[in-house]
Amino acid sequence: MSRTVSAAKAAAVTEEIREIEITEADFEPVPESERDTDIIVRPSVSYWKDAFRRITHDRVAMVSLAFIAVIVLLAVFAPLFSRFQYETNDLASSNLPPSAEHWFGTDTLGRDLWARVWVGARISLIVGLFGAIVPQALGIVIGGIAGYFGGWVDMVIMRIIDVGVCIPELIYITLIMLYLGSGPLPLILAFAMVGWMGSARMIRGRIMQFKNREFVLASKSLGGTPFHLIFRSIFPNILGQQVVSLTASIPGAIFMEAYLSFIGLGIQSPLTSWGQLSQVGAGNYRLHPYQLFIPGILISLTILALYLFGNSLRDALDPHLRD
Amino acid sequence: MSEALLEVRHLKKYFPAGRNALLKAVDDVSFCINKGETLGLVGESGCGKTTVGRTLIRIYEPDGGKILFDGQDISRVNRTQAKELTRRMQMVFQDPYASLNPFYTVGEVIAEGFSIHGMYPNKKERQERICELLEMVGLHRDHAGRFPHEFSGGQRQRVGIARALALDPSFLICDEPISALDVSIQAQVVNMLIRFQEQMNLTYLFIAHDLSMVRHISDKTAVMYCGTMVEYGKTQEVYDHAAHPYTRGLLSAVPVADPDYEASHSRIPMDGEVPSPVNPAPGCRFAGRCHHATDQCRGETPVLKDVGGGHLAACHLL
Amino acid sequence: MKHLLEVKNLKVSFDTYAGEVQAVRGVSFHLDQGETLAIVGESGCGKSVSIQTVMRIVPMPPARIKEGSILYNGEELADKSDAEMEQYRGNEMAMIFQDSMTSLNPTMRVGKQLMEGILKHQKTGRDEARRRVLAMLKEVGIPDPESAFRRYPHTMSGGQRQRVMIAMALCCGPKILFADEPTTALDVTMQAQILDLIGRLQRQYDMGVVLITHDLGVVAKMADRINVMYAGRIVESGTSRQIFYHPSHPYTLGLLGAMPNLIQERKEELYNIPGAPPDLFAPPPGCAFAGRCRYCMGVCRRADAPEFTTEDGHISRCWLLDERGKKYRPEGFGGRTAEKGGSDDE
Repeated sequence: MSRTVSAAKAAAVTEEIREIEITEADFEPVPESERDTDIIVRPSVSYWKDAFRRITHDRVAMVSLAFIAVIVLLAVFAPLFSRFQYETNDLASSNLPPSAEHWFGTDTLGRDLWARVWVGARISLIVGLFGAIVPQALGIVIGGIAGYFGGWVDMVIMRIIDVGVCIPELIYITLIMLYLGSGPLPLILAFAMVGWMGSARMIRGRIMQFKNREFVLASKSLGGTPFHLIFRSIFPNILGQQVVSLTASIPGAIFMEAYLSFIGLGIQSPLTSWGQLSQVGAGNYRLHPYQLFIPGILISLTILALYLFGNSLRDALDPHLRD
Repeated sequence: MSEALLEVRHLKKYFPAGRNALLKAVDDVSFCINKGETLGLVGESGCGKTTVGRTLIRIYEPDGGKILFDGQDISRVNRTQAKELTRRMQMVFQDPYASLNPFYTVGEVIAEGFSIHGMYPNKKERQERICELLEMVGLHRDHAGRFPHEFSGGQRQRVGIARALALDPSFLICDEPISALDVSIQAQVVNMLIRFQEQMNLTYLFIAHDLSMVRHISDKTAVMYCGTMVEYGKTQEVYDHAAHPYTRGLLSAVPVADPDYEASHSRIPMDGEVPSPVNPAPGCRFAGRCHHATDQCRGETPVLKDVGGGHLAACHLL
Repeated sequence: MKHLLEVKNLKVSFDTYAGEVQAVRGVSFHLDQGETLAIVGESGCGKSVSIQTVMRIVPMPPARIKEGSILYNGEELADKSDAEMEQYRGNEMAMIFQDSMTSLNPTMRVGKQLMEGILKHQKTGRDEARRRVLAMLKEVGIPDPESAFRRYPHTMSGGQRQRVMIAMALCCGPKILFADEPTTALDVTMQAQILDLIGRLQRQYDMGVVLITHDLGVVAKMADRINVMYAGRIVESGTSRQIFYHPSHPYTLGLLGAMPNLIQERKEELYNIPGAPPDLFAPPPGCAFAGRCRYCMGVCRRADAPEFTTEDGHISRCWLLDERGKKYRPEGFGGRTAEKGGSDDE
């Protein structure tokens, strides 16, 4: 049987071919040097750049971030440029409602609330930030050790955590605060001593998940030390999710501080925080509601903004969204 | 006769598998690879071939046996010695999608070994070496700043090879380096491995389940079944004169890209499935699927016997 | 003659946030009762998508049928609604997958899952359905059907699960079986068992089988006819013997040359297809294979080749088959006469 090859029926010829005129000269072979086989057409984007692009295109995240930035700026600069000191009493002008002179009014001791609110913001934000970072950092180190070494080290650490998380957080914190006294540093310490357990457990889980991935084994077979494997190979992969849980725990810490100050365990006068201001304000909110509502609204809005931003950040850093 | 680079004697690696249970992933495996040669290690999934490779490079610690590398006993080494060893022994991994850290650029992937071993401290020299390695595996030097997910599977696997060669090793463990790749890409990678072997006098342990590819690349072939080695010898001997019933069944099960051959060739039936390597029963582990099995096979573990010219097989029937 | 299944000029695209991915770019093929058609190609060539589109199991959106028709027994399926497709899926055509774990429900006993299919499509009582499931499990070579009936999928081995999946696909007696890489995840000895099983059941039920695979060995063993796909198009199509013994497209030539041979001595070097398949975000203007082709000519980069058909129905899309490209054909390319004993079966 002979196999003569003939051009297909006209129907089989695709449209684009009809448009292009093909000449004899087109049938010259292309020299090898002109062929490029390993071209990559898509532009190069790193994970962080990609995440940055996503978050900057997210309106909710940007509005929340702007709000947080304004709060931070006011906390830093407002007390510096205020005519009143936050701790100076002026009994002659006590319980004044907001006015041109005292923008947020004054409290029962005649202290300017504008100054007090922004000094309080400093404390609240600092406690919130470090109250989230310090336990995370502790958790990373301890969870890292447990997750990487495994075996009995892991056993011991995890059992300690298992027992630790059984006792309600508030009991711990109350006991620690009673022992250490009040103030921002004891608060952060108390948060650290309680908060590391949750984050250690989470970090350990993530490390276990990555430990036997081939790229970690590859680092190991290149001679990498355990330190290298955890902090250079695995850590970049869990950093994104860690940043997300960090942002998520800041509002928690701010809230906790407010709560503790509110029940009289956290920050105490003359030093102040939003929680402490609310506590004082709650005492005479029937007569002077602004003393409670101003710090109360600021706490709520800041926590809301942080949560919204954290949510957007989680979406932006989600590795599954990448091709 | 060329000299042996790697000699493995009675290697054992057991994993705990629950109470009083041991998963005997590698149970008494011995082989020897000469300088500049390739040993193909074949077997079905779960037969322990990957564990052999990983034990050699110390991802796992061996539980028994001796490993001689370049005349030096490396079965018991401390951490410094193990690290030193990784400069001479490297590994190419199976899954090119999982074996490159997604947060490193390709250049950083290749340079990881340099950082660990403090090589090329001069930034410019290091960059030059990275580009050199990239070009060696047929990639462009501009690719160094790109991330692994921008590359195709074949390109990633070439990056994996460049990483393994970066430390200038003399021995390369290739753990199923092509099984995740498409056919046309497999040939690229294998051709590249063969070319590097000739250029740099490399020695390979080539772990694969693709019997045709192992035949193509290996000088010697070892067949593993359920943690044990059932046959070992020169590749041509093992393929053309397979002695062990398992090897024969395995070879006949491979479909060949030739319709006439497929139509005329009849398969040696091999029913059932691989037994579990957890607390294996005594005797030949293949006995349950073997059509020639006798009571001796079920009671007594066979040892490797020479069936001629260094061709070994572990079967009572020989 | 009316074909059991006829797909004409099927085009499927995925709408992603980065743009349109043209996964299938004009595919035509047909399948008759009792025959096996193999679709061969590398990952991402569109072989799975085209079949999943016929079965309508590809998620739409993001996927979308841009053009083309799918005729099953002369009936147009392309414009049927999802609800209407329900009565074809499972009943008239069924599919088995590479990963049996994804198509079996891990929380449901094997027997119940199989019975569901029968009860959904056919008017039978539970006892009758149960009897048929047990018979089917026995048919696919499950040693103890009664006990397998009560087991959960994860307690079975990979090979057993693959058998259960085949039983599930066949229990309503479909006319067409689509097998998407059915043995890729299995070891060779298990692969041989499953392929034998598919072949036996096909003869028994006189089904048309579409086998999707990248393994040319499996193709040689199973297929009557072969479509070779590359970058969303069928580049070559013919009988098994035509494709294996007279490949008429450089890509097919490359695929065959890239495979080492199990039964012969070590060759010098494997045929090397350089580079990687094109990104279907932006398919090249000409032949999609041009960038990797050893025989690339100027025309290949300007326009895609039309279908060239031999008298005995061997189709190839390659400009080398044009009269003007004749002098650049490698030796024995395309026009070679049948020399390998016997005639090319039609």
